[in-house]
Amino acid sequence: MALQSLDIKRLSATTLPEPQIREPATGTVAKLIDVSKCIGCKACQTACMEWNDLRDEVGDTTGVYDNPRDLTEHSWTVMRFSEYENTEGDLEWLIRKDGCMHCEDPGCLKACPAPGAIVQYTNGIVDFHEENCIGCGYCVTGCPFNVPRISKKDNRAYKCTLCSDRVAVGQEPACVKTCPTGAIMFGTKEDMKQQAAERIVDLKERGFQNAGLYDPAGVGGTHVMYVLHHADKANLYHGLPQDPKISAMVSLWKGLSKPLALAGIAFAAVAGFFHYTRVGPNEVTEAEELEAQREVDEVRRSREASDETP
Amino acid sequence: MKHPEHTTLRDVKGNGLIVRYTPNERTNHWITAITFVLLALSGLAMFHPAMAWLYALLGGGQWTRILHPFIGCVMFVSFLILALRFWHHNYLDKADMQWMRQFDDVLNNREDKLPPIGKYNAGQKLLFFTMVICLVLLLLSGIVIWRRYFSFYFPIEIIRLAAVVHAVTAFVLIVGIIVHIYAALWVKGSIGAMTRGTVTYGWARKHHPNWFKETIGK
Repeated sequence: MALQSLDIKRLSATTLPEPQIREPATGTVAKLIDVSKCIGCKACQTACMEWNDLRDEVGDTTGVYDNPRDLTEHSWTVMRFSEYENTEGDLEWLIRKDGCMHCEDPGCLKACPAPGAIVQYTNGIVDFHEENCIGCGYCVTGCPFNVPRISKKDNRAYKCTLCSDRVAVGQEPACVKTCPTGAIMFGTKEDMKQQAAERIVDLKERGFQNAGLYDPAGVGGTHVMYVLHHADKANLYHGLPQDPKISAMVSLWKGLSKPLALAGIAFAAVAGFFHYTRVGPNEVTEAEELEAQREVDEVRRSREASDETP
Repeated sequence: MKHPEHTTLRDVKGNGLIVRYTPNERTNHWITAITFVLLALSGLAMFHPAMAWLYALLGGGQWTRILHPFIGCVMFVSFLILALRFWHHNYLDKADMQWMRQFDDVLNNREDKLPPIGKYNAGQKLLFFTMVICLVLLLLSGIVIWRRYFSFYFPIEIIRLAAVVHAVTAFVLIVGIIVHIYAALWVKGSIGAMTRGTVTYGWARKHHPNWFKETIGK
């Protein structure tokens, strides 16, 4: 669905610029998730289900609070609970709301071969347009955060939309609206960075020396950011990558190799054409045919001769 | 040696003909060729957005995603049978090395200067083994990136590597086939070998003299 109030910065598998004259004057948007304020109530998961009309299967317990166990095409956000014993021997319960990070340089969009299946709006939101999705799973291959999920029912990829439909009409995402502790905030990216900076100062005063903002530069920054108590150890938060970037393999595959390969194929065909028009075909002359026929006849005669004289 | 086929067949000009490929070999070749064309075009659609119009060939993006891997399996099996049929004709020998050293003569139609060759020349043999390697790599990497049935068995780094391998080997194969098709157009009389099954005595003697001698029992 093309949202008229959101102009498009990038569109998957296209070669020309998209309509992007209108840009948010206040800059791009961002969701800020303050992990240190999260109590793990999963209201955000519920709000996401309600707004997006998603109902995942009721699963089973694995002995931890994570439920559902993983992101699925029906669960676009999942609370990840990690138990961490810090250097003082105290237990820290680290709860991270997992979901699409809305990268400024989205690996999914880079990898996507279906025109218009993945868009990045000028406000920074990366959205899947499932009606154009072909179900190949290249977005999964391209994503540094393991977020997109392919439905077995309709063979299309799904993930958090950052409530692009709500944002388009001036509302905050559903998870933000519902969060009871204010751990999830939404605004312009600049505002969210300031908000985070204040919070980080606060956390440092409380003894979290390595508190910091997670806005990884390797993917150009993200439009979902975290305040982490241990920004130096992002991995503690259920394997959040410390320095995510689009894999070199994906960059090679969907970068330089594309124009080079097409040029190589075109060159081979054109080289053939010019070889034909310069050197010309390799033909058998009538004289050569006669000479060959003579050889065959000779062989036949000598064979017949030897057959007659046993 | 008995070679009854070269004693009776004639083309419309009256030139004697030799059977180069049997009906089974031709069918095998063309199944491989048709599946290759479908795969190359649908694969290019997924490879580069400039080629995305080729999605229409198999009926759109979803159908391309569904059919491409199955057609790929058909091509692999068909090519495998073809490769086993022709494998023993493709061993490289000393004359082939000399042939490659004189590639300039090859390109400029100075065939009389080249060492006499058998059923296949060095270029054909090298292309044969290039195709064998490409097909094996395409099958293996293709399975890894077949999202619907197999990708979830593999770690993400292997999937990413397989995507690159699939693209690179497909590129090599496509360029190889362009060379293959061009060679058939360039060396007149070759196409009949795969469409009608026969070549003229003159063609065989000129391009594959050792094979010609062997076939006529000289």
